[in-house]
Amino acid sequence: MIYLKLFLTFFKIGAFTFGGGYAMLPLIQAEVIANNWVAHEEFVNFIAVSESTPGPFAINMATYVGTELGGLFGAMCATLGVVLPSFIIILAVAKFYEKFKNSKIVKGCMSGLKPAVIGLIGAAAVSIAKTVFFPEGISFDVTPQFYVSLAIFAVMLVLALKKVHPIIIICISAAVGILAGYLL
Amino acid sequence: MKNNKTSKLIRLFTTFFKIGAFTFGGGYAMIPLIQTEAVEKNKWISDDDILEIIAIAESTPGPIAINSATFVGYKTAGFWGAFCATFGVVLPSFVIISLIARLLNEFQDITIVKYAFNGIRAGVLALVIKALWTMYKKTPKGILSYMISLGAFIFAAFSNINVLLIIIVCAAVGLVSSYIAERRNKV
Repeated sequence: MIYLKLFLTFFKIGAFTFGGGYAMLPLIQAEVIANNWVAHEEFVNFIAVSESTPGPFAINMATYVGTELGGLFGAMCATLGVVLPSFIIILAVAKFYEKFKNSKIVKGCMSGLKPAVIGLIGAAAVSIAKTVFFPEGISFDVTPQFYVSLAIFAVMLVLALKKVHPIIIICISAAVGILAGYLL
Repeated sequence: MKNNKTSKLIRLFTTFFKIGAFTFGGGYAMIPLIQTEAVEKNKWISDDDILEIIAIAESTPGPIAINSATFVGYKTAGFWGAFCATFGVVLPSFVIISLIARLLNEFQDITIVKYAFNGIRAGVLALVIKALWTMYKKTPKGILSYMISLGAFIFAAFSNINVLLIIIVCAAVGLVSSYIAERRNKV
């Protein structure tokens, strides 16, 4: 039955992916192809839509695949599947963490994990920067779009540092993007 | 008081619904939103907490966005807090994709959407960098910390090594070095 399969597949995906952003993509792709659920060209479309809609990419992908294969209920099964491992594990870890966070072992690990997080987010920023400034690949040919992106980035960074609300920043970015698109 | 708890849960739900609705381009984009809403606006957690939460969210399986939401929810209001935050953060995605995006198969090719996203991506980059800066201020300083950050950055950005491996190694390095430091102090 497709609903159970959706749930179990996405539960597996959720339980075995570490890291943020698109870390789930290879696993989702492998499972979707293995189950013959979606053709490759269509799958590329799924990715594009999931990147262009609000919400975490992983959730968007799960919901999309679930809807395609089993309508609303299919979407629920897939989304529930991908969320459940996180939910259960984090609840367990959070309880444990509150109890043991002042222990030497936990503190020791944290002293390594905290700087690691900075590095990982930095890496995520680099990958986002690639799509912002060099969507067609890195080269010296700069398009007007490059300058627009640079301008938006710079201005938004200033606003962000001045504690303007991220939602406002995103709305302004979208508006400027649309304006630039039609004017250039 | 029951009223207080219920209103907190409702607030968690609505806040994370907002966060979910404005997270574009992957889980990391959620971090600046969590910072503004959970730390600055609602004071549910502190800036120090955020770094720990992200560290744990990275070290556990599942999308970092869900892990973070569940953790913040739990810290704020226990199990039901975790439930409301997680449900809230997932709902916008769910509604938009299952009801709308499917109808528009080429949604992302609609010109105005394309242009909007060109802008949004640049804005998200700025937000992530700002979040990075805020968190950097809260990391332990010292040469080892810098090296761990640099190492994690290089391997995550320029190699195909699994994030989990990077995390395990960094945690191990942290653990070992803290033991060494402690022994040195004892001598």
